[in-house]
Amino acid sequence: MDLYEYQAKDLFARYGVPVLPGTVATTADEARAAAEELGTTVVVKAQVKTGGRGKAGGVKLAKTPDETRARAEDILGLDIKGHTVHKVLITPASDIAEEYYFSFLLDRANRNFLAMASVEGGMDIEEVAATKPEALAKVAIDPIAGVDLAKAREIVAAAKFPAEVAEQVADVIVKLWETFVREDATLVEVNPLVRDPQGKILALDGKVTLDDNASFRHADHAELVDVAAENPLEAEAKAKGLNYVKLEGQVGIIGNGAGLVMSTLDVVAYAGEEFGGVKPANFLDIGGGASAEVMANGLHIILNDADVRSVFVNVFGGITACDQVAKGIVQALEILGDDATKPLVVRLDGNNVDEGRRILAEANHPLVTLVDTMDGAARKAAELAAAN
Amino acid sequence: MAIFLTENSKVIVQGMTGSEGSKHTRRMLKAGTTIVGGVNPRKAGTTVDFDGTELPVFATVAEAMEKTGADVTVIFVPPKFTKDAVIEAIDAGIGLAVVITEGVPVHDTAAFWAHAQATGNKTRIIGPNCPGVISPGKSNAGIIPADITGPGKIGLVSKSGTLTYQMMYELRDFGFSTCVGIGGDPIIGTTHIDALQAFQDDPETAAIVMIGEIGGDAEERAAAYVKEHITKPVVGYVAGFTAPEGKTMGHAGAIVSGSAGTAQAKKEALEAAGVRVGKTPSETAELMREIMKSLG
Repeated sequence: MDLYEYQAKDLFARYGVPVLPGTVATTADEARAAAEELGTTVVVKAQVKTGGRGKAGGVKLAKTPDETRARAEDILGLDIKGHTVHKVLITPASDIAEEYYFSFLLDRANRNFLAMASVEGGMDIEEVAATKPEALAKVAIDPIAGVDLAKAREIVAAAKFPAEVAEQVADVIVKLWETFVREDATLVEVNPLVRDPQGKILALDGKVTLDDNASFRHADHAELVDVAAENPLEAEAKAKGLNYVKLEGQVGIIGNGAGLVMSTLDVVAYAGEEFGGVKPANFLDIGGGASAEVMANGLHIILNDADVRSVFVNVFGGITACDQVAKGIVQALEILGDDATKPLVVRLDGNNVDEGRRILAEANHPLVTLVDTMDGAARKAAELAAAN
Repeated sequence: MAIFLTENSKVIVQGMTGSEGSKHTRRMLKAGTTIVGGVNPRKAGTTVDFDGTELPVFATVAEAMEKTGADVTVIFVPPKFTKDAVIEAIDAGIGLAVVITEGVPVHDTAAFWAHAQATGNKTRIIGPNCPGVISPGKSNAGIIPADITGPGKIGLVSKSGTLTYQMMYELRDFGFSTCVGIGGDPIIGTTHIDALQAFQDDPETAAIVMIGEIGGDAEERAAAYVKEHITKPVVGYVAGFTAPEGKTMGHAGAIVSGSAGTAQAKKEALEAAGVRVGKTPSETAELMREIMKSLG
């Protein structure tokens, strides 16, 4: 789960990382009130889970409460890379002497963690990495040893932080490491980390990604989920324990296993090229045990998606037997009754496939078409989506 | 010969008495796996009956190894306890730990991997969040269905479980030496490269299928490895061409972030290394079919 900047900074503050005070506002009036309370020049910052806010006009300076109100009005509702701004953060404008970059992240290749630091912060760090790699220090972190003050000093030295801030930065790094480990984060990024004219180090922005797999030991992380910003179908699927991602296309997809479903999306998109660019409408992995109920839940979500024109059920029976899946489909259609209105293309293979196909053939449901191969079924589903 | 798992492998199951563990112990036994016991400190000293096969339950992995000579453990314990279970297996010095459990926090995986490294790297870890490894006709450690196909000369390594099954099915008339499901988590024990290397060294493997998916750069690194070190024919498949940036596709590791991790980049890297990449699983199987026919 990605956090908003204000949530990331709340976490930072909890671990003693220096941040500026801030207030979250969802309306222009709230933004004005927040600025009045702060009584200083403020920055109005769009809260969206994507980068490039500044360039998109999502970060503005405001000298007075009225100006804050106006800027918040401009920013709220703005679309930044497909993310609509519903909240702004009102925070005091800070004078900046220098901008740095710091992050802890997973290093997949080396199967450990990585600290990245640069004294050339404030800009796109991927650009720094590409154009001036020597300016970005990368220090491997042993997950067992972690980051103590000595390790933090090593990072500070590798990135060549100025001597006058070295100790302060090292202290902040240790606290960011604690945030990273204790909160089960997979990314903790501060860009920019700044030195103000008084020589104080501040985390001016923050980006944190938390590991959803670790939620069993972080009951409080549930509160960080922004339910209002979730796609309603995604929220419904999550409540039912289904792995669902809404996409832009017209062919609803249900399959078992993340890899097979990803593959199904691709195969449908290829097939769709022939039918005016029909695309998959979603990712939905029903997992190993495709019971009738799970199948009904999945179908229900997909058929509630107004964009869906046809549905492709692609199951390879590994552990799950195809006859169970077929029964699931038949029962799901019974449960859904008249709510099921869109054509279903079903491809079954693997464990007990003959029995599965026989069950579907016998049920002879008018909406269901059985196709033998994955590629053939994808083509049929795309064709039906284009025709509907 | 197969890789990682042979007819001589003696397998124990950590979490054998749990619902998933017992279900799959039964299936593994049916597939001909030599399972010699389970581990559960609370049920140590008891036995569990699997359709007539009595399997002893030991208190620790070390005890199980000492009493049975086990050299493989399959781990089914819940995510909360997985780190401790893997560390126990590493400390006991077992040769292979197959971690099936899904939903392990990545900090835990990083910790047990680091522990394995720090203690001399004696244990090969496969997973977590993987379907395991099968050497058809010999042994099955994990949840890959044993009845899809039989022994043959193709080696398969895949991040995805169901795509593994799909590919085994597509190529069922040829059969496989070993199929390794390495899992789709951001940090995994055994990588594509480890499996490629083992298949290269395995005289029973004639050609290799590798299946990847979006996220990270494991496929790109594997491509570089193939170019340098693999002389056997390799065909590839990558899932997730249509996955949008920033959305996790089921596996915790399957996410396109920025310009990194796209299926297109992986396909290009593989093709540049001389790997023929199929557009769909069926097309990939077709490429392998041609290779197997040409090898005779």
